[in-house]
Amino acid sequence: MSAPARPRTLRTALLAVAGICFMTGLAFASVPLYRMFCQATGLNGTTGRGVAAPGGVHRKIEIAFDANTSPKLPWRFVPEQEQETVEIGARDMAFFTATNRGAQAVTGTATYNVTPAIAGKYFTKIQCFCFTQQTLKPGETQRMPVIFYVDPKILSDPDTRDVQTITLSYTFYPVDSAKTNS
Amino acid sequence: MTDTALHPSAFVTHDDHHHHADADHKPAFFARWFMSTNHKDIGTLYLIFAIVAGIIGGAISGLMRAELMHPGIQYLPHWASMLHGGEEQSFDQALHLWNVLVTAHGLIMVFFMVMPAMVGGFGNWFVPLMIGAPDMAFPRMNNISFWLLVPAFLLLLASPFFGGAGTGWTVYAPLSTYGEPGPSVDMAILSLHLAGASSILGAINFITTIFNMRAPGMTLHKMPLFAWSVLVTAFLLLLALPVLAAAITMLLTDRNFGTTFYDPAGGGDPVLYQHLFWFFGHPEVYIMILPGFGIISHIVATFSRKPVFGYLGMAYAMVAIGVVGFVVWAHHMFTTGMSVNVKMYFTAATMVIAVPTGIKIFSWIATMWGGSLRFPTPMVWAIGFIFMFTVGGVTGVVLANGGVDDYMQDTYYVVAHFHYVLSLGAVFSLFAGFYYWFPKMSGRMYSELLGQLHFWVFFVGVNLLFFPMHFLGLQGMPRRYPDYPDGFAHWNNVATIGYMIMAAGMAIFFVNLIWSLIAGKKAPDNPWGEGATTLEWTLSSPPPFHQFETLPKID
Repeated sequence: MSAPARPRTLRTALLAVAGICFMTGLAFASVPLYRMFCQATGLNGTTGRGVAAPGGVHRKIEIAFDANTSPKLPWRFVPEQEQETVEIGARDMAFFTATNRGAQAVTGTATYNVTPAIAGKYFTKIQCFCFTQQTLKPGETQRMPVIFYVDPKILSDPDTRDVQTITLSYTFYPVDSAKTNS
Repeated sequence: MTDTALHPSAFVTHDDHHHHADADHKPAFFARWFMSTNHKDIGTLYLIFAIVAGIIGGAISGLMRAELMHPGIQYLPHWASMLHGGEEQSFDQALHLWNVLVTAHGLIMVFFMVMPAMVGGFGNWFVPLMIGAPDMAFPRMNNISFWLLVPAFLLLLASPFFGGAGTGWTVYAPLSTYGEPGPSVDMAILSLHLAGASSILGAINFITTIFNMRAPGMTLHKMPLFAWSVLVTAFLLLLALPVLAAAITMLLTDRNFGTTFYDPAGGGDPVLYQHLFWFFGHPEVYIMILPGFGIISHIVATFSRKPVFGYLGMAYAMVAIGVVGFVVWAHHMFTTGMSVNVKMYFTAATMVIAVPTGIKIFSWIATMWGGSLRFPTPMVWAIGFIFMFTVGGVTGVVLANGGVDDYMQDTYYVVAHFHYVLSLGAVFSLFAGFYYWFPKMSGRMYSELLGQLHFWVFFVGVNLLFFPMHFLGLQGMPRRYPDYPDGFAHWNNVATIGYMIMAAGMAIFFVNLIWSLIAGKKAPDNPWGEGATTLEWTLSSPPPFHQFETLPKID
């Protein structure tokens, strides 16, 4: 039938197109939304950021440190101690060491999360080398600090009350790696 | 050839400048089939396309079952070298071919067999007929929908010759971003874009047609259930496919333009891809089965000679399945490190779907209860569907449990589950619909003997093929591997024998199809008697090229 589409028909079709545009937009918007959602809820072990520790509550928790390096980055990156016991609520500092074993100066940036993922929302960083990019000259070694505390609320959450150890993990990637060798 | 007694033969529409439109005036071959705007012709094209794709996808599963028949790698190196013009290929290349086969089988069956047959084929053919419309709302767009599918399929079929996409039908990052360089994965992604665009255009068309072109008196609450099922499906397509399009567009830019949507090196997250994919992927499985629900409702009612039990409940059960289908996606991702609370939500929400699905199953049984039952071919396929789909539904409830999934994830139990709902559920409903409507579409009767034989051979074959996969999965055999320890040999062997029996069943189907088209008895307008109450049975078989020039009135 080649009858010209009636206004009602066109309106339905346009509403359908609007629905498609909305869903497409929503899917692309999900990229920043997902990041915000992870930060707000600690999903996937995303850690929080804070300014000052609330002060110790005389309960201890183990923190394990884990360091990884992308195969594209010629760095040696290790924690200075594998594990330490800290007081919940108290400010603590840990060091990682990175050495550039390549022949060129390279800039890297670290991604991070904690496991168990559920503890992410109670793990708060005050200062971290992972907040900024790090550049190492050939052969240079640098000590990289992270200042953090474990929120005492971890003790009142039934899901995290039993957590004995939180593993803080970093992975260093070269900056712009995706653009140069994708 | 066609009985046009129902319609005035010399019918001139005021806007038709080119010729005096006769209800049965057909354009010449090229114009009719390549520039088609007639919903029935486009439906036929879709069905032919789906059958061709089904043969290819089914042949690929045959290759896989052949390799899996015995432990060890038997054929893959040989096939890999054949694919590259006889050149010897490395063992890794042979194993990569396995991934390519798994990927191709999944994509072809989902996007190029089930969806075109259900929505494009039966939807195009029977939605306008059932709601008393002369054609679809946008016939030209309908034509574009079909012809977008052809280049999409060609792109996918060509990709193995450029290395082959071995990402699985889910195209998970990071395997699909920096795990597989070369043009193949790009071709597969582009193929999905085209197929998606085709389905989105089709969805707009169906929604507009169903909302605006129902015959006078046919309210939504009087509309046949198949039209309801296609309406719900069209909404799912409309809301789910744009998300897939966006997700795979980001894959493409990650692969080719240095973005890092899914790359943690640049602050992205591969799990985001999984969320986006399954936000599309879960509604997608309902897209594949809902039109089947509609078909089965008509067949069961027809051959019970009773109206379907609980019509409104049946319609709104499909709406409920569609709505809840959008909020359960992460049950495909239970092992990605979700917290217990998130797992609990997705487990519970998934199980809720069993309620409307149960309403449908019990309503079909209640329709048969006390009915004047007959068991011609469409009905045995419909009952086979109800049985198989229930088995698949039960294993689905098992897999819905987040805790159980830690053990079952990516085992053959999952393969058994989704083949029971799709390869046995959706495909049985397709065959049921095909036999039910074949006389209407072709004007000829199929052979009842061959139809029954097809059913029983196919039924035995697929059960022998897929039921042992439950055992393999429970014993821990992982999916997507071409080899396995000797302990799994027995049931794999049985499954391959099942495949052979199923293939014999398919041979019977094709014999029946060809024989019926050439020498089948002429079909009456309504071969099924008074149980068949929908509008398509008031027309001739096959229906006139243009129908309902005077709209039917529904009271």
